[in-house]
Order: sequence, then structure tokens, then C-alpha cells
Amino acid sequence: MKSLLDLIVGDPLADRAVPQTGITARLTVFVAAVMAFLAVIALAVSLTTNRVVSVWAEELAQSATLRLPADPATADALLLSALEVLETTPGVSTVRALSQDEQQALLEPWFGPDLPLDALPMPQLIEIVADGDGYDVDGLRARLEGQVPGAILDDHTAWRAPLLQAASRVRLIGWTVILLIGATVAAMITLAAQAALAANVQVIGVLRLVGATDTYIARAFVRRFTLRAGAGGVVGAILGVAVLALMPQGDAPGSLLMGVGFEGAEWLWPLLIPLLAAIVAFFATRAAAFRRLRQHT
Amino acid sequence: MIELENVSYGYGGNALFSQLSLTLAPGSFHFLTGPSGAGKTTLLRLCYADLRAMRGKVRLFGEDAGALDRDAVAMSRRRIGVVHQDCQFVDHLSIAENIALPLTVSGRAHEAASDLEELLNWVGLGPQAAQLPPELSGGERQRAALARAVIVSPDVIIADEPTGNVDWEMSQRILSLLIELNKMGKTILIATHDLTMIRAAKSDVSARILRISNGQLLQAGTDL
Repeated sequence: MKSLLDLIVGDPLADRAVPQTGITARLTVFVAAVMAFLAVIALAVSLTTNRVVSVWAEELAQSATLRLPADPATADALLLSALEVLETTPGVSTVRALSQDEQQALLEPWFGPDLPLDALPMPQLIEIVADGDGYDVDGLRARLEGQVPGAILDDHTAWRAPLLQAASRVRLIGWTVILLIGATVAAMITLAAQAALAANVQVIGVLRLVGATDTYIARAFVRRFTLRAGAGGVVGAILGVAVLALMPQGDAPGSLLMGVGFEGAEWLWPLLIPLLAAIVAFFATRAAAFRRLRQHT
Repeated sequence: MIELENVSYGYGGNALFSQLSLTLAPGSFHFLTGPSGAGKTTLLRLCYADLRAMRGKVRLFGEDAGALDRDAVAMSRRRIGVVHQDCQFVDHLSIAENIALPLTVSGRAHEAASDLEELLNWVGLGPQAAQLPPELSGGERQRAALARAVIVSPDVIIADEPTGNVDWEMSQRILSLLIELNKMGKTILIATHDLTMIRAAKSDVSARILRISNGQLLQAGTDL
């Protein structure tokens, strides 16, 4: 704790020994701010994808659709048989045959509102909602095959698996982007610190001559770059959060484009970004400083 | 204080000197002379661990300098005041801040205020305290470097051509300061070309005069 306080407060005399490097200082803050901004956006996209896909996957996992053949002669009998089979299947919580209006609403996006559904041989759709443990899909298919010939059970596996895989990839990309941002900050801080150290060779030589330890000399550089990266991180994180707060928000819980941002405790994540920027800067500058100082006698 | 035992050193594969031995006893006063390029500055740098001996052993205050880590070297340098030939300073700090630097880096900055004013007056730089190093003359820089070297009251003072850039009057003043420090018990090692300075010092101090030439360190005695 004392070391942290020393790092923040610093030693004014030690700090004075190392001259301010104007352009390097401003660039460090600027790059840290940009990187923090990008990190907040990447984090938001990753968390939002995770959240939205969780909603989608949960909905798809719990529901299934049974499609009955579009044969007007056998439609009523098949519907009764199907309902009987489904209602007696363990793990099925709700079974509901979609009304004509609901089926028309499903087709509206493709055929428009004036579709004469009565005149067309439309398959009857039945919505199945599973309870917590779910049902035996293969067993149900076998029973339906025997008692409701021609019925097709769609448990959404074909949709859910690639969706979950895509979501997993998006999450991975999000975290990779954040890691790359961290690595970029480390590289940039290392370069800036090396430039500052190279520009102060004479100062370092004088300090070593009068008995300064490497830790003493490095501290002034480490403190500056850590605080600059932290300050840039705060600015970038605030801007990132502000941009996300200004994004249009939709009511639909599964809407990706309308819901990019943070929810609940997720808002704490952006607070970590400046801290991480400062930690990365601390270790990058420290490593660069000690490496450089070892070249001095 | 400082001992060199059969020390060898060279540059680019060429030996500058070899099997060289030297002992700086507490309170002793040494002049080191010799032609340019003979290795005077190299010898001084070995004495404050700015260089490591290629062969032989350098002992700083009883410790093998070759075995010291970087922090230990820094600690040893707090006991050795060095006046460089080119008098390097931290150019954006005032002369007063530069002179106080050894106290600052050793965490004794609070001692600076009282000692500093006295020291500035002692080296005749009171009026220049707030000036920056590039604003000072060569002689003023030499005196500032000397003040910086002695502010922590080191056991040993090593000066490389401390009068190289100054006129006769100023060189006498700097010499007087070094003799005064020696009388206070400090060990002094001065590398110089200036034989008149050595002759002038003979009446005030019992100095060993060493001459380095052709890789050999010879005792020149008190006569030149």
C-alpha cells in the first residue's frame, strides 16, 4: 500500500531530476486514451454478444416446433394424435397449436399481409416448450413416426449449434482484441520509455555517479508513464462508456444491434480498463528502464 | 579505502596497463600524473567502479568491486566524491539542486538546506545558486562539481583534472579546497597534468605523487 502511495505521490525531488518530455507525455496519454476507448467498445461487444446469444440459445433450447403435413383430409386427425402424443411425453411443459393468424404473421415478412392462407394447403405448426430437464428428442421422434406419420419435429439443433459456435468465436475475438490492445499499450509504453531514457543519458550518468540506485532512477520514469497511461485510460474509458450510453437501446432482450453496452454489474468492467492500462505501463516501463540502466555502469 | 591489486585494463584488445597496484590509505593525498592516453582517467574510473578490472582485483572499502551488484556499487559511490574532467550536471536543475543531488538520491534531502548554503559560500558560488549549469563559466562548474562531490562528506574524493579549465588563481583556490578537505581526514586522489599545481601543493600537504606511463605506475616521490 505504501509502495502504491509512493508511486502516486512520488518524490518531487526525484521527479525533478528527470526532465519532462512534452510530446512523449502527450502522445502516451493520447494512445492510452484511444486504446482504453477501443478496449471498452470491444468489451461491450463481447459481453453483449455473450448476453444476447445466451438469451437466444436458452429460448431455442427450451422450444421446438412440430410441423404436420398439409393435407386437409387428415389435418384434424393428425393434430389430435400429435397433441395426444406430446401431452403425454415426459419433459414437455406446454403444447400449443398455432392459430391461423399466428401462422399468417410468421409468413407475412415473406408474402405480405394479404396472403389467402385459407386457399393454400398450409402445414399446421405446433409449438412445444420443454420443462427444465427437457424431453427425450429421439424417443419423441420415434413415437411421432408411429402415431403421426409425416410429422416433422424441429428441435432447433441445426440453428442453435452454429449460433453458439459463432457466439463463442465472437467472444474469443473480443478477448483477443482486448489482449492485443494491452500488448499494443505495452509496446507503445516501452518505446516511449526507451525514448525518454535515451534522451536522458546524461541525467542517468550523473545520477549513477552521485550514488543513485537503479530503482531510484527507474522510479521517476515508471511513475510518470504509469500515471500517464492511467490518466489516458480514464479519459478513454469515460469516452467509451459515454458512446455506449448514447447508443439507441431497444426493448427486445435478444436484439444485438439495439443492445450493445453493459448491463448491471457489467458496468464495473470499464473501471478496470484504466487500472489495467496503468498496470501494463508500470511493468513495461520498469522492464525498459532496468534494461536500459544495466547498460550504464 | 581503495585498493587495486595487479589490475589490468585495456581497450579493443590493447592493454592500457597490466599488473598495476595502488592503495589509497585513509587520509592520504595522491597526485596521479602521466602523459595523455596513459590511462589516468581509466585508473580513476576503476577506483569508483565505473569500470571493472579485466584482471586483478579492485577493493572498495574492503569489498571486492567485481563482486558488487549495481545497488552495492551505488552505495559505494555515496562514499566517493567524484569530480569529472568535463563536469557533467543535470542541466535543467539549478546549481544548488545539482550540488544537493547526492543528498537527494540518498534520501537525505532534508539535510541539504543547512549544508548547502554553507557549501555554496565555501566554493564561492552563493550568488550563482539559482543559475543553471550551462550559465556558469568553466571555473564555476569545476567548483560546483567539487561542491557536489563533497556534500555527502565522502571518505574519498577523486578528481580528474579539476583545474583543467580554469586560470591559475582559480586552480589555486580549488587546490586549497582539496587540501582543506584532506586536513579534515578525506582521502584525495587527483589526476592532473598540471605540475605547477603539484609543486604548489607540496608546501601544504604531504602528497604521494604517482606517474603512469607505458602501462606502469611508478612512485614519483615528492620530487618531480
